Amino acid sequence: MDPRLITAVIVVVGVPAVLVGYIVATEQLLRLAPERVKPRIRPWLWLLPAFAFLFVFLVYPTIRTFIYSLQNSAGTEWVGLRNYFWFFGSSGALDALLNNVIWVVLLTGLVLGFGVLIAVLVDRVRYESVAKSVIFLPLAISGTAASVIWLFMFSYQPPGVAQTGTLNAIVTSVGVAPVTYLQTSAFRFNTIMLIIVMAWMWTGFGMVIISAALKGINPELLEAARVDGASEWQVFRRITFPLLGPTLAVVSTTVTITALKAFDIVYVMTNGAYNTNVIANEMWQEMFNFGNFAHGSAVAIVLMVAIIPVMAFNIQRFRAQEAIR
Amino acid sequence: MATVTFDHVWKRYSGDVVAVQDLNLDIRDEEFLVLVGPSGCGKTTSLRMIAGLEEVTDGTLKIGERVVNDLAPKDRDVAMVFQSYALYPHMSVRDNLSFGLKLRKVPKPEIERRVQEAAKILDLGALLDRKPKQLSGGQRQRVALGRAIVREPAVFLMDEPLSNLDAKLRAQTRAQILRLHQRLATTFVYVTHDQIEAMTMGSRIAVMSAGLLQQVGPPQELYDHPINKFVAGFIGSPAMNFIEMTASRSDGKVQLTSQDFTFPVPDRLRESVAALSGNTVTVGIRPEHLELGEAKPGDATLRATTDVVEYLGDEEQIHLRAGETEIIALVNSSARVRPGDVLELRVPIDRVHMFDDQSGLSLTSRELAAA
Repeated sequence: MDPRLITAVIVVVGVPAVLVGYIVATEQLLRLAPERVKPRIRPWLWLLPAFAFLFVFLVYPTIRTFIYSLQNSAGTEWVGLRNYFWFFGSSGALDALLNNVIWVVLLTGLVLGFGVLIAVLVDRVRYESVAKSVIFLPLAISGTAASVIWLFMFSYQPPGVAQTGTLNAIVTSVGVAPVTYLQTSAFRFNTIMLIIVMAWMWTGFGMVIISAALKGINPELLEAARVDGASEWQVFRRITFPLLGPTLAVVSTTVTITALKAFDIVYVMTNGAYNTNVIANEMWQEMFNFGNFAHGSAVAIVLMVAIIPVMAFNIQRFRAQEAIR
Repeated sequence: MATVTFDHVWKRYSGDVVAVQDLNLDIRDEEFLVLVGPSGCGKTTSLRMIAGLEEVTDGTLKIGERVVNDLAPKDRDVAMVFQSYALYPHMSVRDNLSFGLKLRKVPKPEIERRVQEAAKILDLGALLDRKPKQLSGGQRQRVALGRAIVREPAVFLMDEPLSNLDAKLRAQTRAQILRLHQRLATTFVYVTHDQIEAMTMGSRIAVMSAGLLQQVGPPQELYDHPINKFVAGFIGSPAMNFIEMTASRSDGKVQLTSQDFTFPVPDRLRESVAALSGNTVTVGIRPEHLELGEAKPGDATLRATTDVVEYLGDEEQIHLRAGETEIIALVNSSARVRPGDVLELRVPIDRVHMFDDQSGLSLTSRELAAA
């Protein structure tokens, strides 16, 4: 038998068995505890495996990364903040940082804009669930696959040669010269093209969440506004949009984090060439192309620190939402 | 100030669902018209057609002299109070009140004046800066009323505005709305499923059932002369007793008989009952018209056994049973009826209603209309 199959069976059967064994064992042990403290101990014992995983796979690596970022690339001596000085002094890294800012602004704008637009529109069509499924579908595709699809879309052949890329086929059919979508870095054109790919994937996410929020608005509110004298646009701007506020905040923070972490699309489509690099790809290149774990770790920490405020805002927003309910 | 006219108005939904059938109704200027009926009877749909929230499928709907079939809600000069109040949750009470005026570009001092006035009428002064979430149900209800008042519309529309209030607050608000109607002297159209609300508030009541308008008239008229069995059973509390009896004529004497009772037929109904000889006639007796005590000549009597007694203070509501028939009587509580008592109830035959069992139409009202 294929040894990989055996491994798979062991994992599928073994891991749950260990967890069940753990729970049975702790429940047995709990019997020994006094009745009064049982309810206080039990939840912690059940949570312990989750905490253990979290520590081993998240907390510990984070600490290790931080330590690496303060050492030289061989990990043999402490260098203080030198790796961070390198980051903020390197034009390549700063360029990636600037691209990430563009990613955050544009991706969030596109996902929110199209998300709201499509959510409002599908609310009024008969085949709403079908339309929503189709628009949501790209999110189910892996970033790599989406990138491959869009490489075909953006594909460029020199003028005179048959254009195999969809967009250039359209462009040349109306007599315009083919466009180098991924190589034109003026005004960050190529970065914008990459962001469009990500927006294509994530619009469905925004749309689904905003659509749910839209359905949560009491229709009598909109009717009241109409009777009060509001046009359809005023109903949207004065009633619907403000009531969507908390939802839009949640979507935009989620998308902001996604934009900050952007990696797969850039890696597959341009690998950071022509000024399209982003922080996550910079980190990858430092670590695995140049083997400089110190630089890579510093980039990773910068990325994490950038995400923390957004995350904090998100959690606070979530708590506020919970408090309203 | 305006009239509202339904002229052969129909409302059909896709799939041949008819919500309102051939509605003809003239709502007069400054009147308090109550649309009442069980749920699904088309009353709310009719109201929403006035507001412009439902399209008129067929027929003509006019507010004043203007045909409004194709007019957007915002251009109809109506204000509506919703069942859920529909206060804008993200706006303060003040902004809720002034929203419609701002949209209509009413000058600021005028908005302020109207808001202050509405706040005074409805006692909202201290609440103007609060959000709807911080208000009690009764306060929200008042804000909803206030939002309609400040608009100074031609017609007020109210869709079950009291159904979310507790009994005491409901009675208070009922009076408040009536006072408001007197003060504003504007047309009110009020939808409710509660016939007590309809009776106490309406200057006229329109009873609807299954998409059809059954009868329109002042409360007294509906109570005294219901046009059919549905209106008779719907208006009045407790509901009218119905007894199915067979009409018969033998040697010149017309009478109604059932397994348990025999009723003489008053002279005024002789002809119409005689014509139904051999058929079923439904006799309707209001619980409050039944009296304890011996029959006078010419009256009918019911003999029945007391099942349950509900003490209401001044009165007692007695549930009785005679054979297959269940009867409710409302009598003075000094009688002190006890469960199990066998009672002789006098039926004042002049106040009895009779309905053709086939059509449900009242023989009594028909007689009256002919006279």
